[in-house]
Amino acid sequence: MQPNEPSGTDASANPFETTSNPIIASTGEPLVVVENIEKYYGDFHALKNVSLTVNKGEVVVIIGPSGSGKSTLCRTINRLETITSGTIRIDGTELPSEGKPLAQLRAEVGMVFQSFNLFAHKTILENVTLGPIKVRGLSKAEAEKTALALLDRVGIKHQAAKYPAQLSGGQQQRVAIARALAMKPKVMLFDEPTSALDPEMITEVLDVMVGLAKEGMTMVVVTHEMGFARRAADRVLFMADGEVVEENGPEEFFTAPKSDRAKDFLSKLLVN
Amino acid sequence: MDTLIDNSDVFIAGFRTTIYLFLISAVGALVLGVVIGAMRVAPVKAANVFGTVYVNTVRNTPLTLLMFFFAFGYDKLGLIDLSYFTLAAVALSMYTASYVAETIRSGINTVPVGQAEAARAIGLPFTQTLGLIVLPQAFRAVVPPMVSVFVALLKNTTIAAGFSVAEAGAIRATLSERGEPQLVVLLWVAAIFVALVMILSLVQNRLEKKWAVSR
Ligand SMILES: Nc1ncnc2c1ncn2[C@@H]1O[C@H](COP(=O)(O)OP(=O)(O)OP(=O)(O)O)[C@@H](O)[C@H]1O
Ligand SMILES: [Mg+2]
Repeated sequence: MQPNEPSGTDASANPFETTSNPIIASTGEPLVVVENIEKYYGDFHALKNVSLTVNKGEVVVIIGPSGSGKSTLCRTINRLETITSGTIRIDGTELPSEGKPLAQLRAEVGMVFQSFNLFAHKTILENVTLGPIKVRGLSKAEAEKTALALLDRVGIKHQAAKYPAQLSGGQQQRVAIARALAMKPKVMLFDEPTSALDPEMITEVLDVMVGLAKEGMTMVVVTHEMGFARRAADRVLFMADGEVVEENGPEEFFTAPKSDRAKDFLSKLLVN
Repeated sequence: MDTLIDNSDVFIAGFRTTIYLFLISAVGALVLGVVIGAMRVAPVKAANVFGTVYVNTVRNTPLTLLMFFFAFGYDKLGLIDLSYFTLAAVALSMYTASYVAETIRSGINTVPVGQAEAARAIGLPFTQTLGLIVLPQAFRAVVPPMVSVFVALLKNTTIAAGFSVAEAGAIRATLSERGEPQLVVLLWVAAIFVALVMILSLVQNRLEKKWAVSR
């Protein structure tokens, strides 16, 4: 089975479907290359010799028990978390350690947080235009045009003048996705984007993400949403205790996990 | 009332100097304080160390000592000649800046870390993350303690009287030479200070309303 093929019937609800020339399959060029990274928090060994390659257009889901290092790994990719050793390259460039070069590289990497983190003192529209204006140097008019188009695609256009606190969690998270997309990133990182949402809002956010995946966006997604992994992921990375224990296609992983850790984890996940 | 009206020239001159000294030192302290506060949260180790050392030394030095240094020690350094007024303003700015920096830092700590992370994640450099995202939100939380810092500054300007700057704190000395009752003069000086502090409180109310937090 083609992992990128949509398996659900709700594809028509996908706001990205109208986009022209979607790139379906990954082109096989490595975009994010993580090599033998180690991460210590003081004495605590949070990432143990982790390597990961994400090719252009690929969607990698990271799954694993709490405290296994999923967020840490995700956050090292745009250096919100520093690493103790190892290398990380984005599109061939090694992550700069600080300053302007790091900021420039971060602009190429979109990030969506569990707690949305919309700028509380700025309107929805300002949240989406800030980066394009300040970092990309777009004019206000240009940035607003793109922002409104993106907000329309995630279904929030009519709330553009509101403040984040006036929106529901699901709406805020969709704005956060639009804010990241406005930078035209090469890759998008999602750290449990639906964990803070009420069940009825999870679908609206996942639909946007599935749409993005189908459009050919390169994505690294920390999530326990098996439905999303099955619909959109090319690969599933299973982590435990700071290590990558298993890496496989979503069907293979969910139906026939190889490691005992993964079997144990999945049995608990299914019960809940 | 006679004491006030008969000597209005002295009162006006004294308080004019006080207000100038206050305004100049307030601006100086605010600018320097924001810079030092920013250094304490900057991702550069040397800046952190400098900020911490500055705050801890200056804040723990009595203001009178700092004034002494500037009034009597400065010209020994053989630098450009500055008036006592300027030196007093510099001393007050430097001293108050350490409190401004601490107030700003505590304000920054009220802003959830996710706000700065989201700003960094879209590629904003440190200065813009601070200036566009963190500080505007920190200022809202900071208005009441910041006003207290400036009330203290207003009162501290009287210390400059001891160093030949003829501001409001020096009114009593001048008027006792004219034979005015000292207690009455002091009460008037105090009353005017209270009125000035009330103006600051009004500014505080205005700012708090204007920056009402929307979370
Ligand atoms: N700033 C920190 N300081 C010290 N330890 C930390 C820090 N951040 C994370 N850790 C530790 O590192 C380990 C991995 O954390 P991480 O947040 O990556 O886990 P996770 O897999 O994302 O878990 P969850 O599913 O709960 O989000 C945990 O044991 C955590 O306690
Ligand atoms: Mg996590």
